Amino acid sequence: MATDLGGGAATDTADRNPMVKAEAVHKSFGHLEVLKGIDMEVYPGQVVVLLGASGSGKSTFLRCINHLEKINAGRLWVDGQLVGYRQEGDKLYELKEREISSKRAEIGMVFQRFNLFPHMTSLENICEAPCQVRKVSKDAARTRARQLLDQVGLADKTDVYPAQLSGGQQQRVAIARALAMDPKLMLFDEPTSALDPELVGDVLEAMKQLAKDGMTMIVVTHEMGFAREVGDQVVFMDQGVVVERGVPTEVFANPQHERTKAFLSRIL
Amino acid sequence: MTETKTAERAQPEAITAVPVRHPGRWVAIVVLAIVAAMFVHMLVTNDAFQWRFMLDNMFRPPVIEGVRTSLTLTVLSMIIGVALGIVIAMMRLSPNPILSGAAWLYTWFFRAVPRIVLLILFGNLGILYSRYELGLPFDHQIGNLLGIDLDTRFFGLDARTILTGFMAGLLGLALSEAAYMAEIVRAGMKAVDPGQQEAASALGMGRGATLRRIVLPQAMRVIVPPTGNETIAMLKDTSLVAFVPVTNELFFQLQAIGARTFQVFPMLVAACLWYLAMTSVLMVGQFYVERYFSKGFGTKQAKARAQAENVGYGH
Repeated sequence: MATDLGGGAATDTADRNPMVKAEAVHKSFGHLEVLKGIDMEVYPGQVVVLLGASGSGKSTFLRCINHLEKINAGRLWVDGQLVGYRQEGDKLYELKEREISSKRAEIGMVFQRFNLFPHMTSLENICEAPCQVRKVSKDAARTRARQLLDQVGLADKTDVYPAQLSGGQQQRVAIARALAMDPKLMLFDEPTSALDPELVGDVLEAMKQLAKDGMTMIVVTHEMGFAREVGDQVVFMDQGVVVERGVPTEVFANPQHERTKAFLSRIL
Repeated sequence: MTETKTAERAQPEAITAVPVRHPGRWVAIVVLAIVAAMFVHMLVTNDAFQWRFMLDNMFRPPVIEGVRTSLTLTVLSMIIGVALGIVIAMMRLSPNPILSGAAWLYTWFFRAVPRIVLLILFGNLGILYSRYELGLPFDHQIGNLLGIDLDTRFFGLDARTILTGFMAGLLGLALSEAAYMAEIVRAGMKAVDPGQQEAASALGMGRGATLRRIVLPQAMRVIVPPTGNETIAMLKDTSLVAFVPVTNELFFQLQAIGARTFQVFPMLVAACLWYLAMTSVLMVGQFYVERYFSKGFGTKQAKARAQAENVGYGH
Protein backbone atom coordinates (compact mmCIF):
# COMPACT_ATOMS: atom_id res chain seq x y z
CA MET A 1 0.00 0.00 0.00
CA ALA A 2 1.38 3.36 1.01
CA THR A 3 5.06 3.96 0.68
CA ASP A 4 5.73 6.10 3.70
CA LEU A 5 8.72 8.27 3.08
CA GLY A 6 8.65 9.63 6.62
CA GLY A 7 7.24 12.83 7.96
CA GLY A 8 8.78 14.93 5.25
CA ALA A 9 8.35 18.18 7.12
CA ALA A 10 11.25 20.54 7.23
CA THR A 11 11.12 20.53 11.01
CA ASP A 12 11.94 17.64 13.27
CA THR A 13 8.69 15.96 14.21
CA ALA A 14 9.89 12.98 16.18
CA ASP A 15 9.23 14.28 19.67
CA ARG A 16 5.97 16.08 19.01
CA ASN A 17 2.42 14.83 19.12
CA PRO A 18 0.61 14.86 15.78
CA MET A 19 -2.22 17.33 15.31
CA VAL A 20 -4.01 14.84 13.10
CA LYS A 21 -3.43 11.13 13.17
CA ALA A 22 -5.27 8.65 10.97
CA GLU A 23 -5.00 4.90 11.28
CA ALA A 24 -6.55 2.69 8.61
CA VAL A 25 -9.50 5.05 8.11
CA HIS A 26 -12.31 3.49 6.05
CA LYS A 27 -15.39 5.25 4.76
CA SER A 28 -18.18 3.90 2.61
CA PHE A 29 -21.28 5.50 1.16
CA GLY A 30 -23.60 2.53 0.86
CA HIS A 31 -21.72 -0.05 -1.18
CA LEU A 32 -19.25 2.48 -2.50
CA GLU A 33 -16.02 2.32 -0.52
CA VAL A 34 -14.47 5.78 -0.77
CA LEU A 35 -11.64 5.48 1.74
CA LYS A 36 -9.87 2.13 1.96
CA GLY A 37 -7.50 2.52 4.85
CA ILE A 38 -5.86 5.92 5.11
CA ASP A 39 -2.87 6.40 7.43
CA MET A 40 -1.61 9.87 8.01
CA GLU A 41 0.13 12.05 10.53
CA VAL A 42 0.09 15.82 10.40
CA TYR A 43 2.26 17.68 12.89
CA PRO A 44 1.62 21.14 14.32
CA GLY A 45 2.74 23.85 11.91
CA GLN A 46 2.82 21.49 8.96
CA VAL A 47 1.10 22.14 5.65
CA VAL A 48 -0.02 18.92 4.03
CA VAL A 49 -1.37 19.03 0.50
CA LEU A 50 -3.70 16.26 -0.63
CA LEU A 51 -3.51 15.56 -4.34
CA GLY A 52 -5.34 13.17 -6.59
CA ALA A 53 -7.95 12.87 -9.28
CA SER A 54 -11.53 13.70 -8.42
CA GLY A 55 -13.19 10.77 -6.72
CA SER A 56 -9.96 9.68 -5.08
CA GLY A 57 -11.39 10.41 -1.62
CA LYS A 58 -9.40 13.54 -0.69
CA SER A 59 -12.41 15.68 0.12
CA THR A 60 -14.13 12.86 1.99
CA PHE A 61 -11.05 12.34 4.14
CA LEU A 62 -10.94 16.06 4.89
CA ARG A 63 -14.60 16.01 5.91
CA CYS A 64 -13.98 13.02 8.18
CA ILE A 65 -11.45 15.05 10.15
CA ASN A 66 -14.11 17.39 11.54
CA HIS A 67 -16.72 14.64 11.61
CA LEU A 68 -18.88 16.05 8.83
CA GLU A 69 -18.65 12.42 7.67
CA LYS A 70 -18.58 9.45 10.05
CA ILE A 71 -15.83 6.95 9.42
CA ASN A 72 -16.78 3.27 9.25
CA ALA A 73 -13.55 1.72 10.48
CA GLY A 74 -10.11 2.74 11.69
CA ARG A 75 -9.24 5.51 14.08
CA LEU A 76 -8.88 9.25 13.64
CA TRP A 77 -7.45 11.62 16.23
CA VAL A 78 -7.25 15.38 16.27
CA ASP A 79 -4.90 16.84 18.86
CA GLY A 80 -4.76 13.51 20.64
CA GLN A 81 -8.53 13.10 20.92
CA LEU A 82 -10.65 10.65 18.97
CA VAL A 83 -12.89 12.28 16.38
CA GLY A 84 -16.58 11.71 17.08
CA TYR A 85 -16.10 9.11 19.81
CA ARG A 86 -14.93 8.66 23.37
CA GLN A 87 -13.05 5.53 24.27
CA GLU A 88 -13.38 3.85 27.67
CA GLY A 89 -11.49 0.61 27.83
CA ASP A 90 -12.29 -1.26 24.64
CA LYS A 91 -15.62 0.41 24.16
CA LEU A 92 -16.37 3.35 21.92
CA TYR A 93 -19.13 5.77 22.83
CA GLU A 94 -20.59 8.16 20.30
CA LEU A 95 -20.14 11.77 21.33
CA LYS A 96 -23.15 13.98 21.90
CA GLU A 97 -23.86 16.62 19.32
CA ARG A 98 -22.79 19.35 21.71
CA GLU A 99 -19.40 17.69 22.22
CA ILE A 100 -18.90 17.21 18.50
CA SER A 101 -19.77 20.86 17.90
CA SER A 102 -17.30 22.10 20.47
CA LYS A 103 -14.55 20.06 18.80
CA ARG A 104 -15.51 21.32 15.37
CA ALA A 105 -15.24 24.86 16.68
CA GLU A 106 -11.50 24.31 17.03
CA ILE A 107 -11.07 23.24 13.42
CA GLY A 108 -11.50 25.80 10.65
CA MET A 109 -12.88 24.69 7.32
CA VAL A 110 -12.94 26.45 3.98
CA PHE A 111 -15.22 25.12 1.27
CA GLN A 112 -14.98 25.01 -2.49
CA ARG A 113 -18.27 26.93 -2.80
CA PHE A 114 -17.39 29.39 0.03
CA ASN A 115 -20.73 28.80 1.81
CA LEU A 116 -20.82 32.31 3.21
CA PHE A 117 -24.12 33.17 4.88
CA PRO A 118 -25.80 35.24 2.15
CA HIS A 119 -28.12 37.14 4.50
CA MET A 120 -25.22 38.56 6.52
CA THR A 121 -22.56 41.13 5.66
CA SER A 122 -18.89 40.13 5.64
CA LEU A 123 -18.50 41.42 9.17
CA GLU A 124 -21.61 39.59 10.41
CA ASN A 125 -20.43 36.39 8.72
CA ILE A 126 -17.18 36.56 10.64
CA CYS A 127 -18.76 37.56 13.97
CA GLU A 128 -21.49 34.92 13.87
CA ALA A 129 -19.64 31.90 15.27
CA PRO A 130 -17.56 33.74 17.89
CA CYS A 131 -20.72 35.42 19.21
CA GLN A 132 -23.00 32.37 19.03
CA VAL A 133 -20.56 29.62 20.00
CA ARG A 134 -17.89 31.30 22.10
CA LYS A 135 -20.23 33.99 23.49
CA VAL A 136 -17.66 36.67 22.69
CA SER A 137 -19.01 40.20 23.14
CA LYS A 138 -20.25 41.88 19.99
CA ASP A 139 -17.68 44.67 20.19
CA ALA A 140 -14.76 42.33 20.69
CA ALA A 141 -15.93 40.14 17.81
CA ARG A 142 -16.27 43.14 15.52
CA THR A 143 -12.81 44.43 16.34
CA ARG A 144 -11.31 41.03 15.68
CA ALA A 145 -13.36 40.65 12.46
CA ARG A 146 -12.01 43.97 11.15
CA GLN A 147 -8.48 42.78 11.90
CA LEU A 148 -9.06 39.53 10.05
CA LEU A 149 -10.62 41.26 7.04
CA ASP A 150 -7.59 43.51 6.94
CA GLN A 151 -5.34 40.46 7.12
CA VAL A 152 -6.97 38.94 4.01
CA GLY A 153 -6.85 42.30 2.20
CA LEU A 154 -10.54 43.20 2.43
CA ALA A 155 -10.52 45.96 5.04
CA ASP A 156 -12.93 48.02 2.91
CA LYS A 157 -15.50 45.26 2.49
CA THR A 158 -16.91 45.05 6.01
CA ASP A 159 -20.51 46.00 5.34
CA VAL A 160 -21.24 44.35 2.02
CA TYR A 161 -23.22 41.19 1.44
CA PRO A 162 -21.53 38.15 -0.14
CA ALA A 163 -23.49 38.59 -3.39
CA GLN A 164 -21.75 41.95 -3.85
CA LEU A 165 -18.30 40.35 -3.66
CA SER A 166 -16.34 38.51 -6.34
CA GLY A 167 -15.66 34.81 -5.82
CA GLY A 168 -12.11 35.46 -4.70
CA GLN A 169 -13.25 38.06 -2.19
CA GLN A 170 -15.93 35.72 -0.89
CA GLN A 171 -13.40 32.97 -0.34
CA ARG A 172 -11.11 35.33 1.58
CA VAL A 173 -14.04 36.35 3.79
CA ALA A 174 -14.67 32.62 4.32
CA ILE A 175 -11.05 32.18 5.40
CA ALA A 176 -11.37 35.11 7.80
CA ARG A 177 -14.60 33.60 9.13
CA ALA A 178 -12.84 30.32 9.90
CA LEU A 179 -9.90 32.13 11.51
CA ALA A 180 -12.20 34.08 13.81
CA MET A 181 -12.64 30.93 15.88
CA ASP A 182 -8.85 30.75 16.45
CA PRO A 183 -8.65 27.22 15.08
CA LYS A 184 -5.69 24.97 15.80
CA LEU A 185 -6.11 23.33 12.43
CA MET A 186 -7.39 24.58 9.08
CA LEU A 187 -8.93 22.36 6.42
CA PHE A 188 -9.17 23.65 2.86
CA ASP A 189 -11.44 21.76 0.47
CA GLU A 190 -10.46 22.84 -3.04
CA PRO A 191 -10.62 26.51 -2.03
CA THR A 192 -9.78 27.86 -5.48
CA SER A 193 -11.57 25.38 -7.76
CA ALA A 194 -14.70 27.50 -8.13
CA LEU A 195 -12.79 30.70 -8.91
CA ASP A 196 -12.01 32.45 -12.17
CA PRO A 197 -8.29 32.02 -12.90
CA GLU A 198 -7.41 35.67 -12.26
CA LEU A 199 -8.97 35.53 -8.78
CA VAL A 200 -7.05 32.47 -7.57
CA GLY A 201 -3.88 34.38 -6.72
CA ASP A 202 -5.35 36.50 -3.91
CA VAL A 203 -6.79 33.47 -2.15
CA LEU A 204 -3.54 31.51 -2.42
CA GLU A 205 -1.68 34.55 -1.11
CA ALA A 206 -3.89 34.63 1.99
CA MET A 207 -3.26 30.91 2.51
CA LYS A 208 0.49 31.31 2.10
CA GLN A 209 0.50 34.03 4.73
CA LEU A 210 -1.41 31.75 7.04
CA ALA A 211 1.11 28.95 6.51
CA LYS A 212 3.94 31.36 7.18
CA ASP A 213 2.29 32.32 10.47
CA GLY A 214 2.59 28.69 11.54
CA MET A 215 -0.96 27.42 11.03
CA THR A 216 -1.40 23.67 10.70
CA MET A 217 -3.12 23.15 7.39
CA ILE A 218 -4.50 20.30 5.32
CA VAL A 219 -5.23 21.47 1.80
CA VAL A 220 -7.01 19.65 -0.98
CA THR A 221 -6.10 21.47 -4.17
CA HIS A 222 -5.04 21.17 -7.77
CA GLU A 223 -2.71 24.17 -7.49
CA MET A 224 0.67 22.50 -7.97
CA GLY A 225 2.51 25.80 -7.57
CA PHE A 226 1.02 26.22 -4.12
CA ALA A 227 1.80 22.62 -3.19
CA ARG A 228 5.42 23.03 -4.22
CA GLU A 229 5.94 26.39 -2.59
CA VAL A 230 4.01 26.03 0.67
CA GLY A 231 3.52 22.29 1.22
CA ASP A 232 5.73 20.51 3.72
CA GLN A 233 4.36 17.26 2.47
CA VAL A 234 2.24 16.19 -0.45
CA VAL A 235 0.05 13.13 -0.17
CA PHE A 236 -1.10 11.61 -3.41
CA MET A 237 -4.35 9.66 -3.17
CA ASP A 238 -5.96 7.40 -5.72
CA GLN A 239 -9.15 5.34 -5.39
CA GLY A 240 -9.30 5.66 -1.65
CA VAL A 241 -5.72 4.84 -0.76
CA VAL A 242 -2.56 6.87 -0.27
CA VAL A 243 -0.34 5.98 -3.20
CA GLU A 244 2.65 8.14 -2.47
CA ARG A 245 3.76 10.85 -0.11
CA GLY A 246 6.78 12.99 0.47
CA VAL A 247 8.43 16.37 0.12
CA PRO A 248 6.78 18.18 -2.82
CA THR A 249 9.94 18.83 -4.82
CA GLU A 250 10.94 15.16 -4.62
CA VAL A 251 7.55 13.76 -5.44
CA PHE A 252 7.06 16.15 -8.35
CA ALA A 253 10.55 15.64 -9.74
CA ASN A 254 10.73 11.92 -9.18
CA PRO A 255 7.38 10.22 -8.66
CA GLN A 256 7.76 6.57 -7.68
CA HIS A 257 4.36 5.21 -8.44
CA GLU A 258 2.80 4.72 -11.90
CA ARG A 259 -0.44 6.38 -10.90
CA THR A 260 1.34 9.40 -9.46
CA LYS A 261 3.32 9.72 -12.67
CA ALA A 262 0.17 9.52 -14.77
CA PHE A 263 -1.60 12.12 -12.62
CA LEU A 264 1.33 14.53 -12.58
CA SER A 265 1.87 14.27 -16.32
CA ARG A 266 -1.74 15.24 -16.86
CA ILE A 267 -1.73 18.17 -14.50
CA LEU A 268 1.77 19.69 -14.69
CA MET B 1 -8.79 47.44 -41.79
CA THR B 2 -6.42 49.59 -39.78
CA GLU B 3 -7.26 51.40 -36.62
CA THR B 4 -7.04 54.94 -37.98
CA LYS B 5 -9.61 54.12 -40.63
CA THR B 6 -12.02 52.86 -38.00
CA ALA B 7 -11.55 56.00 -35.95
CA GLU B 8 -12.04 58.31 -38.91
CA ARG B 9 -15.27 56.70 -39.96
CA ALA B 10 -18.30 58.76 -39.01
CA GLN B 11 -20.68 57.48 -36.37
CA PRO B 12 -23.52 55.72 -38.24
CA GLU B 13 -26.93 57.33 -37.88
CA ALA B 14 -29.29 55.87 -35.27
CA ILE B 15 -31.78 53.33 -36.56
CA THR B 16 -35.24 54.74 -37.31
CA ALA B 17 -37.46 51.86 -38.37
CA VAL B 18 -41.23 51.67 -38.56
CA PRO B 19 -42.25 49.72 -35.42
CA VAL B 20 -44.39 46.59 -35.73
CA ARG B 21 -48.09 47.45 -35.44
CA HIS B 22 -50.23 45.70 -32.87
CA PRO B 23 -53.84 45.93 -34.13
CA GLY B 24 -54.90 43.18 -31.69
CA ARG B 25 -54.17 45.48 -28.76
CA TRP B 26 -56.46 48.16 -30.11
CA VAL B 27 -59.25 45.65 -30.60
CA ALA B 28 -58.77 44.42 -27.03
CA ILE B 29 -58.88 47.97 -25.67
CA VAL B 30 -62.12 48.71 -27.47
CA VAL B 31 -63.76 45.46 -26.32
CA LEU B 32 -62.68 45.94 -22.72
CA ALA B 33 -63.77 49.59 -22.72
CA ILE B 34 -67.24 48.57 -23.88
CA VAL B 35 -67.51 45.84 -21.24
CA ALA B 36 -66.34 48.23 -18.52
CA ALA B 37 -68.83 50.88 -19.63
CA MET B 38 -71.65 48.32 -19.52
CA PHE B 39 -70.59 47.28 -16.02
CA VAL B 40 -70.48 50.85 -14.71
CA HIS B 41 -73.80 51.57 -16.38
CA MET B 42 -75.32 48.62 -14.57
CA LEU B 43 -73.87 49.70 -11.21
CA VAL B 44 -75.32 53.17 -11.61
CA THR B 45 -78.71 52.41 -13.10
CA ASN B 46 -79.78 49.21 -11.34
CA ASP B 47 -81.74 50.19 -8.24
CA ALA B 48 -81.12 46.85 -6.53
CA PHE B 49 -77.63 48.03 -5.55
CA GLN B 50 -79.04 50.59 -3.16
CA TRP B 51 -75.73 52.42 -2.83
CA ARG B 52 -77.01 54.96 -0.35
CA PHE B 53 -78.38 52.21 1.90
CA MET B 54 -75.15 50.23 1.62
CA LEU B 55 -72.96 53.18 2.58
CA ASP B 56 -75.24 54.02 5.49
CA ASN B 57 -75.05 50.50 6.85
CA MET B 58 -71.58 49.20 6.11
CA PHE B 59 -69.96 51.35 8.81
CA ARG B 60 -72.42 50.73 11.59
CA PRO B 61 -70.93 49.82 14.98
CA PRO B 62 -71.72 46.06 14.81
CA VAL B 63 -70.05 45.90 11.39
CA ILE B 64 -66.97 47.74 12.64
CA GLU B 65 -66.94 45.37 15.59
CA GLY B 66 -67.14 42.53 13.06
CA VAL B 67 -64.16 43.93 11.15
CA ARG B 68 -62.23 44.08 14.39
CA THR B 69 -63.10 40.47 15.28
CA SER B 70 -62.18 39.21 11.83
CA LEU B 71 -58.85 41.02 11.88
CA THR B 72 -58.06 39.85 15.42
CA LEU B 73 -58.90 36.28 14.47
CA THR B 74 -56.73 36.53 11.35
CA VAL B 75 -53.74 37.96 13.20
CA LEU B 76 -53.94 35.63 16.20
CA SER B 77 -54.57 32.45 14.23
CA MET B 78 -51.74 33.31 11.83
CA ILE B 79 -49.33 34.00 14.70
CA ILE B 80 -50.20 30.71 16.38
CA GLY B 81 -50.32 28.94 13.03
CA VAL B 82 -46.88 30.16 11.94
CA ALA B 83 -45.24 29.48 15.31
CA LEU B 84 -46.76 26.02 15.58
CA GLY B 85 -46.05 25.40 11.90
CA ILE B 86 -42.35 26.13 12.41
CA VAL B 87 -42.24 23.75 15.37
CA ILE B 88 -43.99 21.01 13.41
CA ALA B 89 -41.72 21.54 10.39
CA MET B 90 -38.67 21.26 12.63
CA MET B 91 -40.09 18.07 14.15
CA ARG B 92 -40.76 16.73 10.67
CA LEU B 93 -37.16 17.34 9.60
CA SER B 94 -35.71 16.04 12.86
CA PRO B 95 -33.68 12.83 12.80
CA ASN B 96 -35.87 11.54 15.65
CA PRO B 97 -38.41 9.17 14.01
CA ILE B 98 -40.97 9.62 16.81
CA LEU B 99 -41.01 13.40 16.40
CA SER B 100 -41.15 13.31 12.63
CA GLY B 101 -43.89 10.67 12.75
CA ALA B 102 -45.97 12.77 15.13
CA ALA B 103 -45.50 15.80 12.90
CA TRP B 104 -46.60 13.81 9.87
CA LEU B 105 -49.69 12.60 11.72
CA TYR B 106 -50.59 16.15 12.72
CA THR B 107 -50.34 17.49 9.17
CA TRP B 108 -52.22 14.50 7.83
CA PHE B 109 -55.17 15.03 10.18
CA PHE B 110 -55.49 18.79 10.03
CA ARG B 111 -55.12 19.00 6.29
CA ALA B 112 -57.66 16.26 5.73
CA VAL B 113 -60.50 17.78 7.75
CA PRO B 114 -62.26 20.74 6.12
CA ARG B 115 -62.02 23.94 8.12
CA ILE B 116 -65.74 24.33 8.43
CA VAL B 117 -66.08 20.81 9.88
CA LEU B 118 -63.18 21.48 12.25
CA LEU B 119 -64.76 24.73 13.42
CA ILE B 120 -68.14 23.17 14.13
CA LEU B 121 -66.33 20.30 15.90
CA PHE B 122 -64.42 22.70 18.14
CA GLY B 123 -67.59 24.65 18.81
CA ASN B 124 -69.16 21.47 20.15
CA LEU B 125 -66.26 20.19 22.29
CA GLY B 126 -68.40 21.06 25.30
CA ILE B 127 -70.37 17.90 24.51
CA LEU B 128 -67.33 15.71 25.30
CA TYR B 129 -66.56 17.18 28.71
CA SER B 130 -68.14 20.00 30.56
CA ARG B 131 -64.90 20.80 32.37
CA TYR B 132 -61.29 20.77 31.17
CA GLU B 133 -58.72 20.18 33.89
CA LEU B 134 -54.96 19.90 34.28
CA GLY B 135 -53.36 17.20 36.45
CA LEU B 136 -51.64 13.83 36.28
CA PRO B 137 -52.97 11.76 33.39
CA PHE B 138 -55.28 8.85 34.27
CA ASP B 139 -55.31 9.83 37.95
CA HIS B 140 -58.86 8.62 38.59
CA GLN B 141 -58.26 5.32 36.84
CA ILE B 142 -55.02 4.69 38.74
CA GLY B 143 -56.80 5.71 41.96
CA ASN B 144 -59.57 3.19 41.31
CA LEU B 145 -56.98 0.50 40.60
CA LEU B 146 -55.24 1.15 43.92
CA GLY B 147 -58.53 1.52 45.74
CA ILE B 148 -57.88 5.09 46.85
CA ASP B 149 -59.51 8.35 45.97
CA LEU B 150 -56.83 9.99 43.87
CA ASP B 151 -57.42 13.45 42.52
CA THR B 152 -54.48 15.41 41.16
CA ARG B 153 -56.42 18.05 39.23
CA PHE B 154 -55.04 21.39 40.31
CA PHE B 155 -56.46 23.62 37.64
CA GLY B 156 -59.67 23.39 35.72
CA LEU B 157 -61.98 25.51 33.62
CA ASP B 158 -65.52 25.19 32.53
CA ALA B 159 -65.92 24.26 28.88
CA ARG B 160 -68.06 27.31 28.42
CA THR B 161 -65.34 29.55 29.83
CA ILE B 162 -62.48 28.44 27.58
CA LEU B 163 -64.43 27.28 24.59
CA THR B 164 -66.45 30.37 24.08
CA GLY B 165 -67.15 30.86 20.43
CA PHE B 166 -64.10 33.02 19.90
CA MET B 167 -61.62 30.61 21.49
CA ALA B 168 -63.06 27.63 19.64
CA GLY B 169 -62.93 29.51 16.35
CA LEU B 170 -59.39 30.70 16.99
CA LEU B 171 -58.24 27.20 17.95
CA GLY B 172 -59.85 25.62 14.91
CA LEU B 173 -58.35 28.13 12.49
CA ALA B 174 -54.90 28.19 14.13
CA LEU B 175 -54.49 24.42 14.37
CA SER B 176 -55.57 23.91 10.80
CA GLU B 177 -53.30 26.73 9.64
CA ALA B 178 -50.34 25.20 11.47
CA ALA B 179 -50.61 22.11 9.29
CA TYR B 180 -50.36 24.15 6.09
CA MET B 181 -47.66 26.41 7.50
CA ALA B 182 -45.63 23.35 8.52
CA GLU B 183 -45.51 22.23 4.91
CA ILE B 184 -44.60 25.72 3.71
CA VAL B 185 -41.84 26.07 6.31
CA ARG B 186 -40.52 22.60 5.52
CA ALA B 187 -40.31 23.46 1.82
CA GLY B 188 -38.53 26.70 2.73
CA MET B 189 -35.95 24.98 4.89
CA LYS B 190 -35.31 22.36 2.23
CA ALA B 191 -34.72 25.13 -0.29
CA VAL B 192 -31.71 26.41 1.68
CA ASP B 193 -28.39 25.20 0.27
CA PRO B 194 -27.15 22.26 2.40
CA GLY B 195 -23.72 23.91 2.28
CA GLN B 196 -25.08 26.56 4.66
CA GLN B 197 -25.80 24.02 7.36
CA GLU B 198 -22.46 22.41 6.74
CA ALA B 199 -20.62 25.71 7.08
CA ALA B 200 -22.44 26.43 10.34
CA SER B 201 -21.64 22.94 11.66
CA ALA B 202 -18.00 23.34 10.71
CA LEU B 203 -17.91 26.56 12.74
CA GLY B 204 -19.13 24.63 15.76
CA MET B 205 -22.69 25.91 15.78
CA GLY B 206 -25.25 23.49 17.21
CA ARG B 207 -28.46 22.38 15.54
CA GLY B 208 -30.61 24.97 17.30
CA ALA B 209 -28.37 27.94 16.55
CA THR B 210 -27.90 26.80 12.96
CA LEU B 211 -31.64 26.60 12.45
CA ARG B 212 -32.41 29.89 14.15
CA ARG B 213 -29.55 31.99 12.80
CA ILE B 214 -28.71 30.45 9.43
CA VAL B 215 -31.41 28.22 7.96
CA LEU B 216 -34.66 29.91 9.01
CA PRO B 217 -33.70 33.47 7.99
CA GLN B 218 -32.81 32.19 4.53
CA ALA B 219 -35.86 29.96 4.36
CA MET B 220 -38.01 33.02 5.12
CA ARG B 221 -37.37 34.27 1.60
CA VAL B 222 -39.20 31.20 0.30
CA ILE B 223 -41.69 31.08 3.17
CA VAL B 224 -43.00 34.66 3.13
CA PRO B 225 -44.81 34.79 -0.25
CA PRO B 226 -46.97 31.69 0.37
CA THR B 227 -47.52 32.87 3.95
CA GLY B 228 -48.95 36.09 2.53
CA ASN B 229 -51.31 33.92 0.52
CA GLU B 230 -52.22 31.99 3.65
CA THR B 231 -52.92 35.21 5.56
CA ILE B 232 -55.26 36.44 2.87
CA ALA B 233 -56.98 33.05 2.76
CA MET B 234 -57.23 33.16 6.55
CA LEU B 235 -58.85 36.58 6.50
CA LYS B 236 -61.51 35.20 4.22
CA ASP B 237 -61.87 31.98 6.22
CA THR B 238 -62.67 33.95 9.37
CA SER B 239 -66.15 34.20 7.83
CA LEU B 240 -66.47 30.47 8.59
CA VAL B 241 -66.41 31.01 12.37
CA ALA B 242 -70.09 31.97 12.07
CA PHE B 243 -70.61 28.18 12.20
CA VAL B 244 -68.92 27.77 15.60
CA PRO B 245 -70.94 29.98 16.18
CA VAL B 246 -69.17 33.31 16.55
CA THR B 247 -71.65 35.99 15.66
CA ASN B 248 -69.68 39.22 16.01
CA GLU B 249 -67.69 38.44 12.88
CA LEU B 250 -67.81 40.69 9.81
CA PHE B 251 -69.70 38.62 7.27
CA PHE B 252 -72.30 37.45 9.78
CA GLN B 253 -72.99 41.04 10.80
CA LEU B 254 -73.37 42.26 7.23
CA GLN B 255 -75.65 39.37 6.38
CA ALA B 256 -77.70 39.99 9.50
CA ILE B 257 -78.36 43.55 8.42
CA GLY B 258 -79.25 42.29 4.97
CA ALA B 259 -81.64 39.71 6.36
CA ARG B 260 -83.25 42.13 8.78
CA THR B 261 -83.90 44.81 6.16
CA PHE B 262 -84.54 42.49 3.21
CA GLN B 263 -81.70 44.28 1.41
CA VAL B 264 -79.52 41.21 0.90
CA PHE B 265 -77.62 42.24 -2.18
CA PRO B 266 -76.21 45.61 -1.06
CA MET B 267 -74.83 43.95 2.06
CA LEU B 268 -73.15 41.25 -0.03
CA VAL B 269 -71.52 43.99 -2.08
CA ALA B 270 -70.49 45.66 1.17
CA ALA B 271 -68.85 42.39 2.24
CA CYS B 272 -66.91 42.25 -1.04
CA LEU B 273 -65.71 45.82 -0.54
CA TRP B 274 -64.67 45.21 3.07
CA TYR B 275 -62.68 42.07 2.22
CA LEU B 276 -61.12 43.84 -0.77
CA ALA B 277 -60.01 46.72 1.42
CA MET B 278 -58.58 44.52 4.17
CA THR B 279 -56.78 42.26 1.70
CA SER B 280 -55.22 45.28 0.01
CA VAL B 281 -53.82 46.45 3.34
CA LEU B 282 -52.37 42.97 3.93
CA MET B 283 -50.71 43.02 0.51
CA VAL B 284 -48.91 46.25 1.37
CA GLY B 285 -47.64 44.59 4.55
CA GLN B 286 -46.48 41.56 2.59
CA PHE B 287 -44.48 43.77 0.23
CA TYR B 288 -42.44 45.20 3.12
CA VAL B 289 -41.94 41.83 4.84
CA GLU B 290 -40.72 40.30 1.57
CA ARG B 291 -38.32 43.16 1.04
CA TYR B 292 -36.92 42.74 4.54
CA PHE B 293 -36.16 39.04 4.12
CA SER B 294 -34.58 39.41 0.69
CA LYS B 295 -31.67 41.16 2.41
CA GLY B 296 -28.42 40.18 0.69
CA PHE B 297 -30.22 38.48 -2.21
CA GLY B 298 -30.66 40.01 -5.62
CA THR B 299 -29.61 43.50 -4.64
CA LYS B 300 -29.14 45.90 -7.51
CA GLN B 301 -25.38 46.02 -7.09
CA ALA B 302 -25.18 42.25 -7.04
CA LYS B 303 -27.07 41.95 -10.29
CA ALA B 304 -24.97 44.61 -11.96
CA ARG B 305 -21.84 42.93 -10.72
CA ALA B 306 -22.93 39.52 -11.93
CA GLN B 307 -23.57 40.93 -15.37
CA ALA B 308 -20.30 42.80 -15.48
CA GLU B 309 -18.08 40.00 -14.29
CA ASN B 310 -20.19 36.98 -14.97
CA VAL B 311 -19.14 35.65 -11.59
CA GLY B 312 -21.12 32.72 -10.27
CA TYR B 313 -22.07 33.65 -6.74
CA GLY B 314 -23.67 32.00 -3.80
CA HIS B 315 -25.07 28.85 -5.40
